[in-house]
Amino acid sequence: MAVEVKIPTILRTYTDGSKAVPGDGANLAALLDDLETRYSGLKARLITDDGSLHRFVNIYVNDEDVRFTGSLDTTLSDGDSVTILPAVAGGSF
Amino acid sequence: MLTLSTATYDAIVAHARRDHPDEACGVVAGPEGSDRPVRVIEMLNAARSPTFYEFDSADLFQLYKEMEANDEEPVIVYHSHTATEAYPSRTDINLAQEPNAHYVLVSTRQPDTVEFRSFRIVQGTVTEEPVQVVAEL
Repeated sequence: MAVEVKIPTILRTYTDGSKAVPGDGANLAALLDDLETRYSGLKARLITDDGSLHRFVNIYVNDEDVRFTGSLDTTLSDGDSVTILPAVAGGSF
Repeated sequence: MLTLSTATYDAIVAHARRDHPDEACGVVAGPEGSDRPVRVIEMLNAARSPTFYEFDSADLFQLYKEMEANDEEPVIVYHSHTATEAYPSRTDINLAQEPNAHYVLVSTRQPDTVEFRSFRIVQGTVTEEPVQVVAEL
């Protein structure tokens, strides 16, 4: 499924500065594998060593946070818009 | 150096005071590439905690969608510390993911004294910068 992926500022070093890149995959996991073939290193910024989504990275398919739609198993359709956003968070300690 | 208007400075401090003892958080957006923080957006602290803050994921998405539509970017990302100094904690440093933003910290530990400081946080390195408050920006 051909989708558009919006890349946040901090990860544009992997996409030669592009704010949005095309990608392909039947689900989110497949899309990230596809992106990794062209933007090496990107996947490790999104996925932990045990294969789950990083706690402080949010990925949305259209308007939905994928944490509520099956995470990496979230299915994609042609024309979907995928947005990656780092969490904005911190603490006192 | 961070340059901001008195109105923006006052709005950030007022938000921090209002949410005390919980941490307050928000963004000041400005035209992309301008380094001019002009639009204050108070965000809810989804953690509702005196020691942690996090933008709600749906609010975060709406915020970035809105900024993109306006050709804006987050010029300032601010939050408060309610019992400690206005300096980025280890958690703040580890989680800072906006390399172009000014990270403003306000401490509300003292009711009568404003502690307002600004930092760049890039790849784990914290650099404090002067803050210039001007009548009009």
